[in-house]
Amino acid sequence: MEVTEVLLPGVGIRYEFATARGARVGVVARRTGDTELLVYGSGDPDTPRHLLHLNRDEAEAVAEMLGAPRVAERFADLTREVPGLVSGQIEIGEHSPYRDRTLGDTRARTRTGASIVAIVRGEAVIASPTPARSLHAGDVLVVVGTEEGIAGVERIVGAV
Amino acid sequence: MDISVPLFLELGAVLVALSLASSVARRWGLSPVPLYLLAGLALGEGGVAPVPAAGAFIGTGAAIGMVLLLLLLGLEFSPAEFSQSLRLHLPSSVLDAVLNALPGAAAGLLLGLDWRGALALAGITWISSSGIVARLINDLGRLGNRETPSVLSLLVLEDIAMAVYLPLLGAAVVGSTLGRTTFTLATALLAVAVALFASRRLREPINRILDTGDSEQFLLRILGLTLLVAGAAEAAHASAAVGAFLVGLALSGQLAQRTRVAMEPLRDLFSLVFFLAIGLTIDPRNLVPILPAAAALAAVTALTKTAVGFYAAGRDGVARRGRLRAGTVLIPRGEFSVVIAGLAAGAAPGLVPFAAAYVIILAVAGPVVTYAAGRMPTPVWAGGTRNGAEA
Repeated sequence: MEVTEVLLPGVGIRYEFATARGARVGVVARRTGDTELLVYGSGDPDTPRHLLHLNRDEAEAVAEMLGAPRVAERFADLTREVPGLVSGQIEIGEHSPYRDRTLGDTRARTRTGASIVAIVRGEAVIASPTPARSLHAGDVLVVVGTEEGIAGVERIVGAV
Repeated sequence: MDISVPLFLELGAVLVALSLASSVARRWGLSPVPLYLLAGLALGEGGVAPVPAAGAFIGTGAAIGMVLLLLLLGLEFSPAEFSQSLRLHLPSSVLDAVLNALPGAAAGLLLGLDWRGALALAGITWISSSGIVARLINDLGRLGNRETPSVLSLLVLEDIAMAVYLPLLGAAVVGSTLGRTTFTLATALLAVAVALFASRRLREPINRILDTGDSEQFLLRILGLTLLVAGAAEAAHASAAVGAFLVGLALSGQLAQRTRVAMEPLRDLFSLVFFLAIGLTIDPRNLVPILPAAAALAAVTALTKTAVGFYAAGRDGVARRGRLRAGTVLIPRGEFSVVIAGLAAGAAPGLVPFAAAYVIILAVAGPVVTYAAGRMPTPVWAGGTRNGAEA
């Protein structure tokens, strides 16, 4: 599936993709955390129909409904199929230097090669977190990579 | 503590009246900016209901409003969005500057202003109101439209062009001799460079100084810093507005987001006071003679903006109707045109009423035109066919 990303300066990002059944779906993620769900119909190809306006909490809830089972599945598959690839869980401690900062600030993937595929926050799972996602004390990062990579991430975000 | 009864009553009455008026405007999808200007006109010299007691507060509040407007404009700058807009829309942006600044400059010279006044009027006609345009895109449900990224990119590039234009104007207005003007300008541009450098490289120290969990502390620090820099800029003969704009540029990422949330209510209140104050300084009796010229310039620059948006959306492969929507949505000029007129008031006093008339016309007409453009079938001159289908 191909997702196109279009930057909306000052507003956020628009994602667009086509489903297997031929519908073109758009998602506008605003900087404020609100989300718009759109469907591109026929007629004027440049104007979509607005389906839903979700606030941050609603959007996260929907994302989890749609995404959480997927992530768990993908995970199990990954670590089973690729030798040398393991997954680990790292908690953001009270004294972590990245507490209340964004995932992007850690540059964990660049520095260690390991990917942070999800953040577990209490009961909720944030699947495929974006670099802009902020980390809070008590979050558990789900990391996939080599043994050394995971140890590296632990060194970066762990309480020093 | 001396409570001034007339001050409270006058100011309260003005705010309540404005809230009623602006809620009506919102219902019609219009920006409240022209309303506030008209209210100032009605209240001021030669108006219907003078407010003498509120004068001092309005004067101070207006200065703060101008500073906050520009602080929040600077905050909108993000390196990623800027570089992408530049990559995709540099030609559109150049066309925008040529087609919209030149008529302003020409009109300034025709109206008998000196080169400084012409420079100011060029800026007034050049910069679309990002506030009004963003709101229109939202209210008319065009966020997902394919032409919207090109419109937003143009706005980003205009806002950044201000980083060069404002210091230039500030230097021109206060500069007495050529040497002095050059020096002031060089200093101001150096300050812009420092601010941009700070936003990219000095995130950590800036965050450490300003970032606090306590929202009251945060507000005090940001506002204090902004006013200090604005005051220093004014003392250095740049201008307070430019200083505030630089603070906005230097703040980035999460910090910018937090500042936006903290400052928006303040900005809304004080910018209202700023527009009121502009209206107050204008005598309505002097407004009538300049209306034809302002209306003519508004008509010309509405067409030139439409052409720019039409071209920009075309670069993104949008169909004709979308290109027309993109062009018309850019028509409104607003807060920053008024700010520019205010900055240049020292050099060209006649510019303030002219800019006010011009902004009132376009801030009202722009939304109406773009609403119509979104509704109607593509006209024949834009390549539509008689039955309204896309050609």
